[in-house]
Amino acid sequence: MSAAALIERDFAVPDIRCAGCIAKLEQGLVRDRRIAAARVNFTEKRVHLSYTPDTGMPELIGAFSNLGFEAHPIGTGPDEAGIEAETSRELLRAVAVSGFAMMNIMLLSVSVWSGATGATRDLFHWLSAAIALPTVAYAGRPFFRSAWRALRHGGTNMDVPISIGVALVCAISLYETATSGPHAYFDGAAMLLFFLLCGRWLDSVMRDRARGGVAALLRNMGTGAMVIDDGDRSRWVDATALEPGMVMLVAAGERLAADGVIVGGESQLDLSLLTGESVPQNAGPDDRVHAGTLNLDAPVRVRVTAAGADTAIADIARLMGEAAQGKSRYVRIADRAARFYAPAVHCLALTAFAAWMIAGAGWHHSLLIAAAVLIITCPCALGLAVPAAQIVAAGELMRAGVLIKDGSALERLAEVDRALVDKTGTLTLGRPEALGLERFDDGVKSLILALAQASRHPLSEALMRGLRTSDVRPVEVTSIRETPGFGIEALWGDRIVTLGRPQGRGLGDALATELSVDGRAVATIGFADRLRPDASEAIAALGREGIDAMILSGDRAEAVAPVARELGLTAQTGMSPHDKLAAIERQAAQGHKVLMIGDGLNDGPALAAGYASMAPGSASDVGKNAADCIFLGDRMMPVVQTIRMARRTQAIVRQNFIAAIGYNIIAVPLAFLGFVTPLVAAIAMSGSSLIVVGNALRLKGTIR
Amino acid sequence: MNGLIFLIPIALGLGLLGLAAFFWSLRKGQFDDLDGAALRIFVEEEEGREA
Repeated sequence: MSAAALIERDFAVPDIRCAGCIAKLEQGLVRDRRIAAARVNFTEKRVHLSYTPDTGMPELIGAFSNLGFEAHPIGTGPDEAGIEAETSRELLRAVAVSGFAMMNIMLLSVSVWSGATGATRDLFHWLSAAIALPTVAYAGRPFFRSAWRALRHGGTNMDVPISIGVALVCAISLYETATSGPHAYFDGAAMLLFFLLCGRWLDSVMRDRARGGVAALLRNMGTGAMVIDDGDRSRWVDATALEPGMVMLVAAGERLAADGVIVGGESQLDLSLLTGESVPQNAGPDDRVHAGTLNLDAPVRVRVTAAGADTAIADIARLMGEAAQGKSRYVRIADRAARFYAPAVHCLALTAFAAWMIAGAGWHHSLLIAAAVLIITCPCALGLAVPAAQIVAAGELMRAGVLIKDGSALERLAEVDRALVDKTGTLTLGRPEALGLERFDDGVKSLILALAQASRHPLSEALMRGLRTSDVRPVEVTSIRETPGFGIEALWGDRIVTLGRPQGRGLGDALATELSVDGRAVATIGFADRLRPDASEAIAALGREGIDAMILSGDRAEAVAPVARELGLTAQTGMSPHDKLAAIERQAAQGHKVLMIGDGLNDGPALAAGYASMAPGSASDVGKNAADCIFLGDRMMPVVQTIRMARRTQAIVRQNFIAAIGYNIIAVPLAFLGFVTPLVAAIAMSGSSLIVVGNALRLKGTIR
Repeated sequence: MNGLIFLIPIALGLGLLGLAAFFWSLRKGQFDDLDGAALRIFVEEEEGREA
């Protein structure tokens, strides 16, 4: 085993919660000889592995599950996310450089302000210039680039006054320095860049963090499949390498990685992520099956007909593309402010220059005044006002289990006034739950538990979840055998016990399992999808926030009606993805700002079209990609908390804007009249930035 | 005035040192896992236990 041939890959492990998990993973994984090194990243809930090339993906996942963790491989090598993370790093480097420059120039400036004169002052000014000019050239690039882009397209943005201001201030200060003048604004230029870069960096960090969280959640699509060769040998193939014609073996409890046709075996498939239908469907040979569906019952062989990018039904992909265009038209609040701000600042500076020229002050003095106006109005506080509030809010929400994709999502969430909610998997948990377990006595329960824990079948897992709450211990059973498509059989003392598909009686399509002892049925347990525990509470709370909710479901009317009745909502049923899209457009045409909450592939276009959208963590990959924000866990209350938080954030942002405008109303006349020396500019700038950041920090602890 | 000849380069040098240290730690991934670093203190080294 040569060290050079090791493969490196990251795995998302969402269950890393404590120091114990770190120790368990890092020390447990390397016990497998093929894994050379494992390093846990706790913040991003990832594990970085180095392993020998002959290790297959199932063995690696198996190594994780032996330790009791669920792991999902993350992408291969550098991709788009890597480039985005690089921008964050570049911004952070710029922040560091401008911070260093700001502090050192300030050191020199303070000496000048406290009375250095003559040769000393000139020396200090020259030194400041030597620090400031390279800094501006390096750290100012993000602003110059974006301003140039805007100007070339005939528009203007926040970066145009910033770029002009910084460039002009540097030029004038350099002239002042060369002519031994009393005022140089190098510290102002460096400080301005520092504060603004902080804002940019915060914004970028927020997007990175959310993207990391989402990447860790993207896992519902099978990440690969066991493919059977002609010689009946099986090997693991990554989802990206699957090709039409291959035959994959899909075990019970596995999700399909590609579209295909069943060529062997019979099973029940859970289509809820695809269509919203809650009742599982029987599938046999020659039936078409789709990627993303969950095989519930027995292993089947599926011949792949479409794989990779073609799988997510083409129609849904096309609809999503169209729907998403509406959202990109949203203009962020900071840019909306800049639309008025930038021309106003330019006019002010120009007027100041012209007025002082007319008053006969000479072009040198007039330019100095214009520069002071630009420096003082430069949107230092404005640049921080929005990102500071949004990153605090996103951090708080993340702690409550809600991932916000970006700042614009928070702004849009604050404005919604109508909620359209999918049923299966959104209002309900989207997984089978055992019904009426409490009516059995402890003996039966412990027998069920003993059999259920021997299997990884979805129904067994539902039974284990249900029994975990009541305090029962499994009985001793021996020679356990699982028969695919039927159930589990074992010896309990000298009696044969089975847990499996109910025999004989017509239970229709409903999911059920039966416990029998020596061939005699003892207990029959039904399964059904249940409402989220706090669904009605959350819907009521939404109503109190002034948001009316309505159900849009792809399921049949009989399945939706009880849910709608219990929650007191109106519902539309049997809707195709196209119908859901149309329903949203109808609401939007009436002037409503629609919040779409959904999880399935069939909700994808609606999630992309909604003014804002949310998806539960259990949603399909398509749903999670399309939604603005994702809430984790079984509870639905985070939806309401998110909206409250978004509204509070918006209120804070508004306060920050008002503070910034108020500051300008006081400072601009002073600058206009020529009272703003570099010292005053420095105090005003840092003071207003501190106020804005302090105000944003009040959002901390809002969710309790 | 003469003091300045030493003091200013020293001040700038210290600042640059800090900046270089920050870049170094950034490149070495010191900031990649901020929450994990706090928890690692509780992790017992396996070799240590066996010895």
